[in-house]
Amino acid sequence: MTCLKSCMSSPNECNAALRKCTISILIDSTKLLCCQITSYCSLLSLSSRIFPLKPQNEYIEESIKKHGRRMDHDEKKRKKEAREVHTKAAMAQKLHGLKAKLYNKKRHAEKIQMKKTIKMHEERNNKHKADDKPVSEGAVPTYLLDRENQTRAKVLSNMIKQKRKEKAGKWSVPLPKVKGLEEAEVFKVMKTGKKQSKQWKRLITKATFVGEGFTRKPPKYERFIRPMAMRYKKAHVTHPELAATFCLPILSVKKNPNSPLYTQLGVMTKGTIIEVNVSELGLVTQSGKVVWGKYAQITNNPENDGCINAVLLV
Amino acid sequence: MTRCTSTLTGHTEAILQVCFSPDGSKLATASGDKTVRLWDLLTETPIATLTGHTNWVQCVAWSANMSYLVSGSMDNTVRVWDPKTGKNLGNALKGHNDAVTSISFEPMHKNINCTVRVWDATLRKLIFGLSQHTAAVMAVKWGGEDVIYTASRDKSIKLWDSKEGKLIRTLNGHAHWINHIALTTDLVLRSGPFEPNSGIIGVPLKFSSAQEAFNKATERYQAHIKANSEKLVSCSDDFTLFLWDGLSSKKPITRMTGHQQLVNNVCFSPDGRYLASAGFDKSVKLWDGKTGKFLTTLRGHVGAVYQVAFSPDSRLLISSSKDSTCKIWDLKTFKLKNDLPGHSDEVFAVDWCPMGWGGGSGGKDKCLKIWKC
Repeated sequence: MTCLKSCMSSPNECNAALRKCTISILIDSTKLLCCQITSYCSLLSLSSRIFPLKPQNEYIEESIKKHGRRMDHDEKKRKKEAREVHTKAAMAQKLHGLKAKLYNKKRHAEKIQMKKTIKMHEERNNKHKADDKPVSEGAVPTYLLDRENQTRAKVLSNMIKQKRKEKAGKWSVPLPKVKGLEEAEVFKVMKTGKKQSKQWKRLITKATFVGEGFTRKPPKYERFIRPMAMRYKKAHVTHPELAATFCLPILSVKKNPNSPLYTQLGVMTKGTIIEVNVSELGLVTQSGKVVWGKYAQITNNPENDGCINAVLLV
Repeated sequence: MTRCTSTLTGHTEAILQVCFSPDGSKLATASGDKTVRLWDLLTETPIATLTGHTNWVQCVAWSANMSYLVSGSMDNTVRVWDPKTGKNLGNALKGHNDAVTSISFEPMHKNINCTVRVWDATLRKLIFGLSQHTAAVMAVKWGGEDVIYTASRDKSIKLWDSKEGKLIRTLNGHAHWINHIALTTDLVLRSGPFEPNSGIIGVPLKFSSAQEAFNKATERYQAHIKANSEKLVSCSDDFTLFLWDGLSSKKPITRMTGHQQLVNNVCFSPDGRYLASAGFDKSVKLWDGKTGKFLTTLRGHVGAVYQVAFSPDSRLLISSSKDSTCKIWDLKTFKLKNDLPGHSDEVFAVDWCPMGWGGGSGGKDKCLKIWKC
């Protein structure tokens, strides 16, 4: 027992102690088992050493290990493998009906797979020249090699074209068609007057942009009320080429496709074109001036979402 | 330089380097479309397209006697061309195992034949290899005093004996990649026998014999070296520049701080009085070429400044930038003299003609622009 304890306390001496231990158990196992053994685990490990537990049903492997294989094992194996195609072909000819269908499908898939693997191996084996590598696009000088490659915003391609488009008020936009907005949807009629009988005031129910220096008309004469809660100063603008989004200040509402009245009022709905301040993006014109204002189209429903998402028109 | 005299198209990829011939009659452009193009500057027309490389051509250089043009490419080879015919002389010079980033010629006053020696990121083959740098070599210069300078991304500059290829000295000090080095003798070595402002625009100067050209080159170099000893300046990713007198000492003359972003390019004025550095912080800074004292900052670019070049008379400076413009700076007033818009994308390379009558620039918009006074 002392021996067992010592083996628990110091694993280094474990083996030697165990050997001694087993001898003592073999001599008088009943006596030992009667003893109180504190650690159940150690008993288990001990017993597994004494009577090794084997996985079941590995008698074939066991036999091979013990006696080796039959003399003609390899030859038979080779022949069987060589014959396999013939057996398979014979099978394919013999089968009919649903089984044939399934079998042929399986063979077909196997053949495709095999051809693919062969091709892959062939590709791996033939030696490629270093210059077979395709030349990548976007050449950069040596001093820009290995630098963190930020995708660069292209310089505005053609200023004249842009100006012309501006004049016509037409842009090729990501959202070419928008749902029409009825006046009833945008404007809520407000009843005014002592008896609440006048109905000439309108409350705008959509998101609006109100310029920096805007002062309201005296409330008595204000026909269109733009609630403070629905006013926005900034928009989340995505640059399609950079694939990055920036929070940019809105400069103005350029065009609301639904009605010129909405444009005038600064109503921002889905599809509206707004002008945003892109100076922090660092875009430059051909003459090297920093581009300041640029157009973007709103892509979400600001009145529902509580924010404005837009795509920059490049 | 005030106007763009021509916009030469032809390349199908970005132009990566622009290099005037020493006599100012031709211009070579290296491009990402695997070709080098030669342009005639008298008529401003293309002469030849030099095809052969199989990847981006990163650098191009002329020998001082105009007999060779050499280009180095991402395909790990260097090719030698005959600028007269545009033919490839021999096969590609292999030996590098990575992209060729910089090429330098032996100065003409030392060797009349201007033998070609080849350089690369890590190795120099053919004659001897210089392989002690542990990272890509970004710039290589062959000084006038039998010394080869190499600057590498492993933060060191090494000086080599150009006869035997032995290491003379290692200059340490930078804390990050070294991007470029410049010598006070750059222009005089590059232009060899050709005196600035001595010929008519675009018309090559003729020397009766090679010996005469050699004598002229030696004379020019001696005059220059008498006025200024050969000094070296290096610029780095650690936002600083170092001024070295590499021939005599291991210690830098000064460390020049002030840039707020990495310094990409540096250039000595041909008379050695000024030193200009181009930083990614959108500014060009001017320093005293002798002491390294800070003079002024030239602001005006709205994008990272990529390259700078001095005019041969040291009166003007041109800088090219990511913001698609080149700008000319006056060194008398330290002000912007001219803005040269016209490129429609980043300007990667700019060069001032060694003859002094103009410059050329090329960039991502695939056009070469010739600027004249």
